[in-house]
Amino acid sequence: MIKNILVVIEQRDGKIKKSSLEAVSTASKLASETNSSVQSIALGSEIENLSSIAEYGVSKINHFKNSDLHSYSPSAYTKIISEFAIQTGSDLIIIPNTSFGKDLAPRIAARISAGCIMDIIHFEISADELICRRPIYAGKAMLDVKFLSEKKVLTLRPNVFKAEKLPGLSAEITLNEVTSPDLTTRVTEIKKSEGKLDVAEADIIVSGGRGVKGPENFHLIEELAETLGAAVGASRAVVDAGWRSHGEQVGQTGKTVSPSLYIACGISGAIQHLAGMSSSKYIVAINKDKDAPIFSVADYGITGDLFEVLPKLTEEIKKLRS
Amino acid sequence: MKIAVCISHVPDTAAKINIGSDQKSIDQNGVTYIINPYDEFGIEEALKQKEKFGGDSEVIILSVGGDANKESIRKALAMGADRGIILKDENPKDSFSIASILADEIKALGCELVFFGKQSVDYDNSITGQLTAELLNYSCISVVVSLNIDGNKVFAEREIEGGKEIVESKLPIVITTQKGLNEPRYASLKGIMSAKKKVIEEKPALAVNNLTEVIKMSRPPAKKAGRILGSDSSAVPELVKLLHEEAKVI
Ligand SMILES: Cc1cc2nc3c(=O)[nH]c(=O)nc-3n(C[C@H](O)[C@H](O)[C@H](O)COP(=O)(O)OP(=O)(O)OC[C@H]3O[C@@H](n4cnc5c(N)ncnc54)[C@H](O)[C@@H]3O)c2cc1C
Repeated sequence: MIKNILVVIEQRDGKIKKSSLEAVSTASKLASETNSSVQSIALGSEIENLSSIAEYGVSKINHFKNSDLHSYSPSAYTKIISEFAIQTGSDLIIIPNTSFGKDLAPRIAARISAGCIMDIIHFEISADELICRRPIYAGKAMLDVKFLSEKKVLTLRPNVFKAEKLPGLSAEITLNEVTSPDLTTRVTEIKKSEGKLDVAEADIIVSGGRGVKGPENFHLIEELAETLGAAVGASRAVVDAGWRSHGEQVGQTGKTVSPSLYIACGISGAIQHLAGMSSSKYIVAINKDKDAPIFSVADYGITGDLFEVLPKLTEEIKKLRS
Repeated sequence: MKIAVCISHVPDTAAKINIGSDQKSIDQNGVTYIINPYDEFGIEEALKQKEKFGGDSEVIILSVGGDANKESIRKALAMGADRGIILKDENPKDSFSIASILADEIKALGCELVFFGKQSVDYDNSITGQLTAELLNYSCISVVVSLNIDGNKVFAEREIEGGKEIVESKLPIVITTQKGLNEPRYASLKGIMSAKKKVIEEKPALAVNNLTEVIKMSRPPAKKAGRILGSDSSAVPELVKLLHEEAKVI
């Protein structure tokens, strides 16, 4: 069914992303279940600790190196990975479903005539077929999909699959110096939003809605987030009002998130908001209105005034941490 | 410049989703359909670029599907697009097939600038634009929040985790649009009236095979009812205790 798995490693600023370790772990487990081989490919310039991915179960690492590959270049990355996949007879390519993976996966799939299944949260092998489960309608339903093509590309939703360390494994890194990458489309600069943790990557998110009453009160959300090492999220109402930037919007037209803890403060829980966050492992709702729909998905709730509850929550967590 | 905007006709984001009797698609009873919200940014941007290019520039709306899609195409025409083409195919298609059908038509039309929404809110796939670009051998920038075209050169900003990437490329290109790029205009009464006279051409879609197949659609696992711990800050210590000891998330 599957013979050769290739897992694509994403680095940003030379650092390997956690979602790539999840992909490596998942690929190595699938390889042993299907009795297939697995290797990895990483593109970039200097990549910190590249050999460490061996501990997640993939011993063959192919590093394609050039200073122009330091940032993601869609044209170069697509060309190099597609050619490598063909050359190595890779019939399943696994990529994390990050902004990088979402851009790259379909391009590679088109080049190698592979089916492409995105944002998988679960898969199983049944009757020799790989059945992939993915949320659709922003999580309001689930779809089981299989490939009809011989070559397959899939992306894994971050934070869903475990990155498991298997100590003692080592890796063989094959270095390929790339001479003239195809740079018809390239990233010339990355503008970071100042020192903030992004909701799409955070393990804990503290989100504020219209109940926060104004941008001047968001410090209550920020203080709790900082105490927890969490990212700040927002409802669309807040973003549309211009209180917070769109990058923080959680929901159907914002970001879909699945952190281990989501704290919704002054958010009613409209269907479009729930769509983006209801797969969070634990949900806490703080809302004055006991009938707010957010309570239908919350594990724990306080039906009170956030202006009174939040400072106390921040204080109690600080106590716990000290 | 001929500019294409590819749009999909999707259930309203407020729609409750019930699984249909085939267990593979949704029950369409009582569901209102709209232009995919992200595609509206594509329509708006195409209209803006047309104004900039001037001359005999034209905005063409493309959609793959059945007669129902005409409703969304008509709305795009009312916003100001020049004409629409519906590529008729009533059978469910995967993103690869839809991209093949669109690429075939875009090539025939000779459009050098093509817009898609960054994803459709039904299948949430976020790949049709990129697939189409690859099939056409065009450049592609996805999830674009700012766009500037100067001659043959394209400069864009795309959203990534924790910031933005500044990207340079060239025409011909496919752009997939994200909220933040622009504010889609409302159709004026004049626009709605003149849209009635605009042409929606019907063509059979290119015959292509899907590369993936839906096995079944299901409901997400139901969450068990949560616990209300209290109605003021006196509930906070218990909340913290539960998060720490029961959920083990802090
Ligand atoms: C096409 C489309 C896409 C959309 N996409 C998204 C999306 O991606 N994300 C999203 O979030 N929304 C989205 N929406 C909007 C969504 O329908 C809601 O309008 C929005 O989520 C409401 O935001 P809110 O909960 O912050 O505000 P409100 O609905 O105004 O809720 C505010 C809540 O705060 C509570 N409150 C007020 N004061 C206090 C207090 N002092 N203490 C505690 N609680 C208090 C109130 O009881 C209320 O429940 C979309 C809508 C459409 C049509």
